[in-house]
Amino acid sequence: MAAELHVELVAADRNVWSGEATLVVARTTSGDIGVMPGHQPLLGVLESGPVTIRTSDGGTVVAAVHGGFISFADNKLSLLAEIAELADEIDVQRAERALERAKSDTDGAAERRAEVRLRAVAAP
Amino acid sequence: MGAQLRVYKRRIQAVTATKKITKAMEMIAASRIVKAQRKVAASMPYATELTRAVTAVATGSSTNHPLTTEAESPVRAAVLLLTSDRGLAGGYSSNAIKAAERLRERLAAEGKEVDTYIVGRKGVAYYGFRERKVTESWTGFTDSPEYSDAKKIAGPLIEAIEKDTAEGGVDELHIVFTEFVSMMTQNAIDGRMLPLSLDKDAEEDGKKDELLPLFDFEPSAEDVLDALLPRYVESRIYNALLQAAASEHAARRRAMKSATDNAGDLIKSLSRLANAARQAEITQEISEIVGGASALADASAGSDK
Repeated sequence: MAAELHVELVAADRNVWSGEATLVVARTTSGDIGVMPGHQPLLGVLESGPVTIRTSDGGTVVAAVHGGFISFADNKLSLLAEIAELADEIDVQRAERALERAKSDTDGAAERRAEVRLRAVAAP
Repeated sequence: MGAQLRVYKRRIQAVTATKKITKAMEMIAASRIVKAQRKVAASMPYATELTRAVTAVATGSSTNHPLTTEAESPVRAAVLLLTSDRGLAGGYSSNAIKAAERLRERLAAEGKEVDTYIVGRKGVAYYGFRERKVTESWTGFTDSPEYSDAKKIAGPLIEAIEKDTAEGGVDELHIVFTEFVSMMTQNAIDGRMLPLSLDKDAEEDGKKDELLPLFDFEPSAEDVLDALLPRYVESRIYNALLQAAASEHAARRRAMKSATDNAGDLIKSLSRLANAARQAEITQEISEIVGGASALADASAGSDK
């Protein structure tokens, strides 16, 4: 088994997901970043986007994360987000409705949030 | 039924109704404390991780950010006071207000102007009644604050601290809230939120000796700090709001418990008085009957002769 890193995905008001993983891909303001065990200590600003966590038992966890930080040190990765939802928590119909509404209101931020949610659900 | 007895009965009824209400409020508050405590616990991971990250950036880089450097001669300070929206919580709000007054005096003694920001209707009413200037106030969510509420509060505060002092900005940011120690103890405390005093934060976490690794910043240390600090302020405010909510419920529970106990005592002494009044009435009736009977007997004995 490959080396593992410990992941904590925390939102402002709850602990969303925690566990062991082999690879975490997140979107920072300067582009996507993939973190594997043994990565150099890192602190980055996250952008709204899906976060993909490849767990050590071969599964994949996808979450929609809206703003926040990624920090990695001592093989411990923390994803801090103001709002974070796991893909299977997302209500697709609601997100679609929110997208429609945001488009008609031309609310860029809300549109982006809804898009990120839908993309997180669609991701394999 | 005699007039006296009727008065007692009515009062007992009124106090019983009050007791029912206070008892219900006590139970509601008790159940809400648990919920509020759970929320405090749930917000902890985010707060500790964020504090760690802030400490890491601030110590690991030589950046000078307006939010971390102390002004040489601070002239204005913002005080954020957290009170409750509703009363009937004992000394909860007035203790917080008193703590804010003390802080205000201390800051004034240091030669700083004080801008007041208030959360909760009670604090707003206190300042409104005294016609003191309140820079901004928020109400309506002290029972169960959400993260968005903390964001709403943090916005203007961060704006004020980023502004130049000459243009009405502030140099320091203090917060007064009620710390939840246990079900029985809640203390109104004040603390300086900005500029950051990192040593103190590290001490609070009990990890002072922990060596932080040299981080690689993405995109850059300045940008990370720029993005981190507002979130840090929000999370501190959120934590304070949650603790204040838990304290408010605990204070209300205690106040309502003593109100219920008092009502019980009152009912007891009133029913004693009512019993005495009833007894007196009965005694009087008997003596009236006996008196009447003997008067009749005397009268009939007289007519026989």
